[in-house]
Amino acid sequence: MSEIERAGDAHGQGPGTTLARGQGGVAEKFENPGLPEHRHRMGDTDPKAARRAERQVAILLVLSMIGSVLIVVSIIGVKYDGSFNQISLSTKAIGLSMFLSLFALGVGAVHWAKTLMPDDERIDYRHRQRGTTAERDQAVAILKEGTDESGIARRPLIRNTLIGAGVLFPIPAVFFFRDTGPLPGDDLSTTMWREGMYLTKDPEGGRIRASDLGLGSVVHVMPEGIEDQEEILNAKAKAAVLLMRLEPELLNPGSGREDWAVDGIVAYSKICTHMGCPVALYEQQTHHLLCPCHQSTFDVTRECKVIFGPAKRALPQLPIRVDAEGYLQAQSGFHEAVGPSFWERG
Amino acid sequence: MSSQTTVDKVAAGIGNYADDTAGASKIVNGFARKIFPDHWSFMLGEITLYSFVILLLTGTFLTFFYEPSAAETTYTGIYAPLAGQTVSEAYASSLRLSFDIRGGLLMRQVHHWAALVFVAATIVHMARVFFTGAFRKPRELNWVIGGVLALLAVFEGFTGYSLPDDLLSGTGIRIADAIILAVPVVGSYISFFLFGGEFPGQDFIPRFFTIHILLLPAVMLALIVVHLFFVVIHKHTQYPGPGRTEDNVVGFPLFPVYAAKAGGFFFIVFGVIALIAALFSINPIWAYGAYDPSPVTAGSQPDWYMGWLDGAVRLMPGWTEISAFGYTLSLNIFIPTTVIILFVMGALVAYPYLEQIATGDKREHHLLDRPRNAPTRTGLGVMAVTFYVLLWISGGNDIIAHIMQLSINDITRFLRVALFVLPAIAFVVTKRICLGLQRKDREKALHGRETGRIVRLPHGEFIEVHAPLSDLERWTLVQHEVQRPMEIEDRVDAGNPDTLYGRFQRRLSKFYFEDRVEPVTPAEVEAAHSHGELGSDEEHLAVGDKENAAIGTSQTLHG
Amino acid sequence: MTRTLTALSARRRHPLAVVVLIALALLLVGGLYAALAPRAAEASTATASADDVETGKKLFLANCATCHGLNAQGGGVTVNGDTAQNPGPSLIGVGAAAVDFQVGSGRMPLAQSGPQAPKVNKIRFSQEQIDQMAAYIASLAPGPAIPTEEQLDVSTVNDEQLARGAAIFRTNCAMCHNFAGKGGALTEGKYAPSLDEASAKHIYEAMLTGPQSMPVFNDTTISSEDKTAIIAWLTQDEKRPDPGGLTLGSVGPVSEGLFAWIAGIGLLIGCSVWLGMKSS
Repeated sequence: MSEIERAGDAHGQGPGTTLARGQGGVAEKFENPGLPEHRHRMGDTDPKAARRAERQVAILLVLSMIGSVLIVVSIIGVKYDGSFNQISLSTKAIGLSMFLSLFALGVGAVHWAKTLMPDDERIDYRHRQRGTTAERDQAVAILKEGTDESGIARRPLIRNTLIGAGVLFPIPAVFFFRDTGPLPGDDLSTTMWREGMYLTKDPEGGRIRASDLGLGSVVHVMPEGIEDQEEILNAKAKAAVLLMRLEPELLNPGSGREDWAVDGIVAYSKICTHMGCPVALYEQQTHHLLCPCHQSTFDVTRECKVIFGPAKRALPQLPIRVDAEGYLQAQSGFHEAVGPSFWERG
Repeated sequence: MSSQTTVDKVAAGIGNYADDTAGASKIVNGFARKIFPDHWSFMLGEITLYSFVILLLTGTFLTFFYEPSAAETTYTGIYAPLAGQTVSEAYASSLRLSFDIRGGLLMRQVHHWAALVFVAATIVHMARVFFTGAFRKPRELNWVIGGVLALLAVFEGFTGYSLPDDLLSGTGIRIADAIILAVPVVGSYISFFLFGGEFPGQDFIPRFFTIHILLLPAVMLALIVVHLFFVVIHKHTQYPGPGRTEDNVVGFPLFPVYAAKAGGFFFIVFGVIALIAALFSINPIWAYGAYDPSPVTAGSQPDWYMGWLDGAVRLMPGWTEISAFGYTLSLNIFIPTTVIILFVMGALVAYPYLEQIATGDKREHHLLDRPRNAPTRTGLGVMAVTFYVLLWISGGNDIIAHIMQLSINDITRFLRVALFVLPAIAFVVTKRICLGLQRKDREKALHGRETGRIVRLPHGEFIEVHAPLSDLERWTLVQHEVQRPMEIEDRVDAGNPDTLYGRFQRRLSKFYFEDRVEPVTPAEVEAAHSHGELGSDEEHLAVGDKENAAIGTSQTLHG
Repeated sequence: MTRTLTALSARRRHPLAVVVLIALALLLVGGLYAALAPRAAEASTATASADDVETGKKLFLANCATCHGLNAQGGGVTVNGDTAQNPGPSLIGVGAAAVDFQVGSGRMPLAQSGPQAPKVNKIRFSQEQIDQMAAYIASLAPGPAIPTEEQLDVSTVNDEQLARGAAIFRTNCAMCHNFAGKGGALTEGKYAPSLDEASAKHIYEAMLTGPQSMPVFNDTTISSEDKTAIIAWLTQDEKRPDPGGLTLGSVGPVSEGLFAWIAGIGLLIGCSVWLGMKSS
């Protein structure tokens, strides 16, 4: 009978799928009933409907043409005088014209295919990917013949050196990348903070007096002279500091850190010990610092220990003092690496 | 008529030339009438392909104006809130191409929206392939290529997102650097080689630019060509139905129907993305400001396709960072980023082969599964989707907390538990639903369709009249094969039960196929009918006639 | 004999099953919300009454003293030996600006206790009454004063100052209030409110006094001119145009991603379905 049935036989009896349920003369499995009868569209039988579809497609294509013209009109016609209203208008005008031009063309083409091109289903036959036994034998024979001709099996010296050369040649490629960057050295562990360096306001600049900060104040800080650094952003990425003023009795400095604060003013690294975002959301009532990237939360009253979220280490504290005129300066650099963890960090 | 002949002549001339130089006639003979099956879900891959083409087109336009340089410059453009600010060339040129180039802002928005749609369409396309079993032999390799393309799409998106050098993208790069730093042993070295020294440095913008516009697109384009080549040699899969077999493909010819449909669809996709880009702002880099490591905005998120990784990072508890022997192992970062990517890619690549082990089935499959007929696979898929969506929600936990006035901490705590509980529940529930749907199919195949007509029998009982199904209607419900666990059915192609592999295979097979509903057989229908449960004989006869007619139709078609 | 009873045709699945299922789902969602919603403590209410410091004191005693204490020292009032229910912070030294901000934005008196006092649109006091209370609090100890007209005059801000204001905003404010001033989440249900509706005076006062979770930015840490520049940037929409179209809430990639899925993929799948449908 049909291809379909033969195909069904070939396939349906795969290993392990025979359902031994047949009884009497009843088939074990239903048979594929074959394609349903073709249902004609209105346009196939009614020339009026076909003409209507033809007109619809033509209207869509005309709309697309109008859209294309409108794109040119919007690009040339909308005055581009550097005012934002005009930029906004131009973006909308060009964009909507593009929509009309492209969308109407697409819909027109699809509508044409759907309504007027033949819609009776056609059939292609598949072939297994795997070759027939004869084809496979022939392929094996060819490969074998070629291998013999090359003599690679008879000449192990060539075979082995070929493998060696093949394995070795790509490896030097990696070494070409050697000068893509310097070795880390101790760059990850150091910042530009040094003893006596003044704290200045970020981004405005200018030294800060201890008396500038009221209770509950916070000031974003950069070391003085950061704008003169060769790589400003690199320096900023490590040196950003947040200065906060709390009631001095709320602070619980650990041993060795007793004199790191000035009248309840503490300075902590603003770079998250998790992934390096600026931890700058200071809640002055709870004294919590929140990182906006992954919600690590640090408690300023407990030396910025982590109290929530994915960070592990406390924010490093910058020891500060005041000079004779009352300006804040660093007692020293950070005593540990700031920012995200890395393998050699220890 | 004379114009007609001129056209004909020109066409003949071109055709002749194409054949002489490129063997066009052979190509036309081989491809023009290739049959493609028609189904909306087969267009998902086309959305992906077309948005990629749109990305190439708009991206090329953007490169004409974009300056891949981190060199400092003073902003002198028309956006007043940035007047006199020190910014990078990359950022200044991104603003210039948005504000000073006619259509530039639109192109940027089309490019960015197309990127979001591109990755989303990739995922939906993959889901379609997964849930219908289209990854089965002989298409395993193409599934793997698709998986690699999906991963590359995410990297391609991320590198593009980083190029404008605005505050948000810089924050993203900072996090990417932390991900690299968290790689044990070699992290700091990779970071320094990638960034040309410390973060951020001057080098990453030109390097990311090369990766974004040359390296990744080239690799992706090559893989897309292979991906499509495989579609051609395998021929497209089709949904089961009357007349559809493992040995044919039923649909419409490439020329002219699919040339018009698929060609037209490209313009539809481009049109829809242009519409969105015309009306909706995306990534307003001027509002974020130039990158500076000190400021940050509330709601610092990556583009959506990185959101699941960001969400995973947010859920990880901090104690998983371990310091010992003078070294730090940041599992709190390494696990939810590098490890999870490797795990998901590994699972993706391994899945078709794992299922082959469970089924012991080495045959080719060109008829798709209805998802309900593969309950375990569908359950696993929904489980994976649930896991992914939960991580995605976690990635937006601060936005959700703000909008819904919830506590960010509670959301995180809830998700830490839910991430393990809900996917398991999703698996069980989905599997049950699939089995339930299969039972319903059986019911329908056995007793026919519910008509809503209630009949009162002479002895007072009310029954609903069921109309018998035509053979065509029934076929879809009964056509599938059912797999049984190897325990109860000794299989020739199953591994030796005494080996470790054999035992693993049997356990897997049991996991997959222990719960199952088998399709109705002719014998069962016969038995159901002989109970005289329903209907008149006349209706049956009518069905019989229709059956012959249907087969007749298919035969004519074959000829 | 044959009657049509459509309802009965669904007898295999009990019609109530759907209702029960929906009820269960709602219960689950509601339960989750209840479990996740930040806990609110008891509500406290106050009513208004009647000039200068004396009137202000009367107003204070009637409306604020229950929580802030009879002398604004904080900690509430002890009634019948019980300790105060809602101890509020001391108001000594908070200044007139704090009163004007808190009462003028409807945050005080606190209508309902929650993670933090929300902005309320319905203000219970006239500006005159607010000024009287502010005068009383300012009389207790020196504190930040209500900003002057000059400090709030944004018309004098030039482009360079505007850019400086925007830069200061990005470093000092955007981490909580988001890059466009749309607000954001803080810990445990607290939040930085959106600045869309905030008046120039209230923004200035908030910086000056640091209400609730917000830290203090006094005139020595952010100068008065810079505050005016920040306000100029924030309150004049025409100074920070968004030519790209509708902004989807200006909350960054989350809403964009959601939109790409819902509108982008949604529309395209809609087109695909139309493409795959047979023509009639």
